[in-house]
Amino acid sequence: MFYREAGDFKTSYAEDSQTFPIKFDRYRYYVVLLIAFAVVPFIINDYWVNAVFLPFLIYAIAAIGLNILTGYCGQVSLGTGGFMAVGAYACYKLMTSFPEVSILIHVILAGGITAAVGVVFGLPSLRIKGFYLAVATLAAQFFLVWIFNRVPWFYNYSASGQISAPERTVLGVSVTGAETAPWAAYMVCLVFLTLSAILARNLTRGMAGRKWMAIRDMDIAAEIIGVDPLKAKLSAFAVSSFFIGIAGALFFAVYLGAVEVGEAFGITKSFLVLFMVIIGGLGSIFGSFAGAAFLVLLPVLLKNLLVGGLGWPTDLAAHLEFVIVGALIIAFLVAEPHGLAQLWRVAKEKLRLWPFPH
Amino acid sequence: MPEQLVYAMEVFLNGLMAGVLYALVALGFVLIYKASGIFNYAQGVMALFAALTLVGIMEGQVPFAHLINAAFGTDIHHFGWHVPALLAILLTMVVMIGLAWLVNYFVFRHLVSQEPIILFMATIGLAYFLEGVGDIMWGADIKKLDVGLPQGINEAIDEFTFGVFDYGFFIDNLDIVATVIAALLVASLIIFAQYTKQGRAMRAVADDHQAALSVGISLNYIWVMVWSLAGFVALVAGIVWGTKSGVQFSLSLIALKALPVLMLGGFTSIPGAIVGGLIIGVGEKLFEFSIGPLIGGATENWFAYVLALLFLVFRPQGLFGEKIIERV
Amino acid sequence: MKLKLVTLVLGAVMAGAPAMAELVFPSLSYRTGPFAAGGTPFADGYADYFTLLNERDGGIGGEMTRVPECETAYNTEKGVECYEATKGDGALIYQPLSTGITYQLIPKVTADGIPMHTMGYGRTSAANGKIFEWVFNYPGNYWDSASIMVKHALDMEGGDLSGKNIVLLYHNSAYGKEPIRTLEELSKKHGYGLTLIPVDSPGQEQKSQWLQIRREKPDYVFFWGWGVMNQVAIQEAGNIRFPMDHFIGVWWSGSEPDVLPAGDAADGYKSTNFTGTGTDYPIFDDIQKYVVDAGKAAGDGSSLGQVQYNRGMYAAMLAAEAALKAQEMYGVTEINAAQMRDGMEALDVTAARMAELGMPGFGPEVHVSCENHGGPGQGLIQQWNATDKKWVAITDYIESDRDVIDALIVEDSAAYAKENNIEERCK
Repeated sequence: MFYREAGDFKTSYAEDSQTFPIKFDRYRYYVVLLIAFAVVPFIINDYWVNAVFLPFLIYAIAAIGLNILTGYCGQVSLGTGGFMAVGAYACYKLMTSFPEVSILIHVILAGGITAAVGVVFGLPSLRIKGFYLAVATLAAQFFLVWIFNRVPWFYNYSASGQISAPERTVLGVSVTGAETAPWAAYMVCLVFLTLSAILARNLTRGMAGRKWMAIRDMDIAAEIIGVDPLKAKLSAFAVSSFFIGIAGALFFAVYLGAVEVGEAFGITKSFLVLFMVIIGGLGSIFGSFAGAAFLVLLPVLLKNLLVGGLGWPTDLAAHLEFVIVGALIIAFLVAEPHGLAQLWRVAKEKLRLWPFPH
Repeated sequence: MPEQLVYAMEVFLNGLMAGVLYALVALGFVLIYKASGIFNYAQGVMALFAALTLVGIMEGQVPFAHLINAAFGTDIHHFGWHVPALLAILLTMVVMIGLAWLVNYFVFRHLVSQEPIILFMATIGLAYFLEGVGDIMWGADIKKLDVGLPQGINEAIDEFTFGVFDYGFFIDNLDIVATVIAALLVASLIIFAQYTKQGRAMRAVADDHQAALSVGISLNYIWVMVWSLAGFVALVAGIVWGTKSGVQFSLSLIALKALPVLMLGGFTSIPGAIVGGLIIGVGEKLFEFSIGPLIGGATENWFAYVLALLFLVFRPQGLFGEKIIERV
Repeated sequence: MKLKLVTLVLGAVMAGAPAMAELVFPSLSYRTGPFAAGGTPFADGYADYFTLLNERDGGIGGEMTRVPECETAYNTEKGVECYEATKGDGALIYQPLSTGITYQLIPKVTADGIPMHTMGYGRTSAANGKIFEWVFNYPGNYWDSASIMVKHALDMEGGDLSGKNIVLLYHNSAYGKEPIRTLEELSKKHGYGLTLIPVDSPGQEQKSQWLQIRREKPDYVFFWGWGVMNQVAIQEAGNIRFPMDHFIGVWWSGSEPDVLPAGDAADGYKSTNFTGTGTDYPIFDDIQKYVVDAGKAAGDGSSLGQVQYNRGMYAAMLAAEAALKAQEMYGVTEINAAQMRDGMEALDVTAARMAELGMPGFGPEVHVSCENHGGPGQGLIQQWNATDKKWVAITDYIESDRDVIDALIVEDSAAYAKENNIEERCK
């Protein structure tokens, strides 16, 4: 009915190859963006920003990053926490060494540094595959966390080894530090997420993305048709780590404001982001959003429902939360093994035919 | 003999023992991976769950007491009896078999022939689920587990080595017992796999699902059996590690200690898990002993992985893993 | 800042207006996750004390109290979520019981104007009230504990530690690294040798570390652990037959769940503490009568008298006393967070007052002022008796080495002030 391509004529190649070829899709995304940029900042408060939006936005960036590596290029990585730590510590060192430079540039540079580190730890992927690689990336995870804990230079020789973000402003509005207004923090993360998503979407549609997918589907075959596995795999590691580094920098500077590496960027973080990618859907940018939303929102929702709504004891509610999240993951997988993104695709297919399915 | 060398020998022996403990956890992963291609993330949580159940049964705890009390306003905690260790272990095994059946019935039956990463994800869901259920059933406090395993320094070795080197070695009795248990476990698993009908069926399924199906082997039966075996291994690991540290949430994290072992030994080989465990145990302990003090210590966690990585660069399928053959 | 305070007060009034007015003490607890064994009894003690006040006295100064609980699982992100969820409720004081969450909340509570009390944990230099307006850590902090441990060792050695060797076995994290500076400073003063041995989290495997201790045969092992690391370390110390009375833990490594799994091997293990243990205080009769027997206890009543339970109760007592003080100062019963802060800065819990509350000698006397948010910096040494399954206090309250620690606090807080452009107050 509304959702269809009929009557939507393309008269140029550019139009034909645009990101969202269906008009309704396109408008829907514009509306979502409009609401995210022009409506949400005016109505959110501290709780919504700190408990829901910031974690969602930042994890979505990290999930996009990991999805490029795992979903598009087929290299399972459990080093996400370590790479986020690189982003966070790079951002911290840059912020404190060059206070006059804008924080936005620091965040992007932090992403760049993480990309370089990612390439180094991506080297084993040329020989090691599948779950063996996943476990090999754990070496990066543990080593990076250890080194940030061990070398005092990284935390500017502070007594406890915590790093905390000094106050920085963008266009006169503070975006890090204690006095940050909720909307300012939200906007910074939203801008980064939007740019990341657009960049990732276009990268994966282009030549780079096709090479990655060729490697994912069968690397030997890809090599035979002329894809250089060295370049493809390492570029996937670089791009993926770039996004993850940005996520780590924002996680530290804008969201938490102070972190300790072992706790904030431990192995659990690596698993969490991987869960997001798999639940959301491998090889789908939308899936990254859906997975991040699922794992950030669901616990908050369940907690508010069980404790706030039903008045259960907090420990029982917390345990039940685990049971429900676990059961839901299994239920989703049994219903649709390819993640929330696949559910979404199926729903869209149905919508295109609706209301005349035959 | 120079002092440092004697110390290094002690560290080496303790490394071997630690390796056996890691291997105990890794075995459970190997069993399931071999038979069904599932990388079972929930293995650590299964060990926790098994140990919790064991303590709960031994102490006569009422399962779900907290939930029942919260829902009905009652105040029940214990049945008031104590179950002897051996019987409790048997009862726990029954629970683990039940769990295996449930897991197969509700989860993996529906996910046959999915990609490995999907199956992996399902085990993550399982891990969440079991963690929550374990806590609700038995409570989140730390429990002392005592099934009669000895603990503490072995006097005989201490005295003997003192006579030889003038320095008594420290070997934990629990580690010795664990080594014996692990040896028995591996021997019986190998005998089971090689010489029994069920074991042969299991290997057939591991080789080729469809071929096994076509000669009349019930896949469901084999999978339930494999998960039960993994549950049994988890129980053993839970008992040994639980005796060391008390039964508590952190027990589920021992899986992280098993991953480098798996990677080094190969996901599909039972002897690989043992040899991998020994190499990792000795490697990380000797590294901590020799290099650790120079670079600030606490190196074991990452060194285990780096060591495994080094091996993998030369043998991408692990030491004993099946050779990866790729065809286009 | 002013505007925020006004809105906060307005918010509190508006939130309180329709319902019955009450004093809100949020409890960011953790009853799940790897540290549940420590978090659960603490949260129970905290909640039970306020329940007692409500049931027995009708609240504080006639105002009922309320303790909304929020589960953090010791996770910083959930901690932030809990803080944001509860702060709009008219929260008077926060006790996150996690050093990680504390660091997160320091800028937030400073901006929102809600006091935070980090009793024996958190950021040590918050003891300097001139810099940290909203953060308190009386009656003692990490560095006090380190100093008290050294003082106890000095006592055992007859006042001379020169030539002795001390090993610090610590959780390889911000928390575990806290005492290093203090112990280094003190080693210059007392002339003992210090060896640092880190254990990576979670710390289930400590064989290497204990083999090293066994080889080097230090005179003392000081211990800075948390979670599963505690149980394993105490077990391993028993295994290598380390003399347990020379094995001294910080107060977070000295509660019942830490020693019970090791059984008899733990006998003689020592730790610092800043409260009494056991139920031999008159207040427990009241708690039994008004809270547990009335079926209003937060837990099942079995943790009464345990180290962490008593600590939670003590934290609640200090909060309640501060609220009472604030009510006296401002002549209103319905205080807000800023008044609570002033009450905390005027807090004066004497031995007589504690006896009056049914807790004679339960903790050190606490005097807080605008400059000093750290209180007396006192603690005692307790020893585990495995036969009776009881912690026994073996010393009186010992004062830490103020000369050394105060200098360190000034230095660290000055660095913080410089980083964040904070002016000194209390002039």
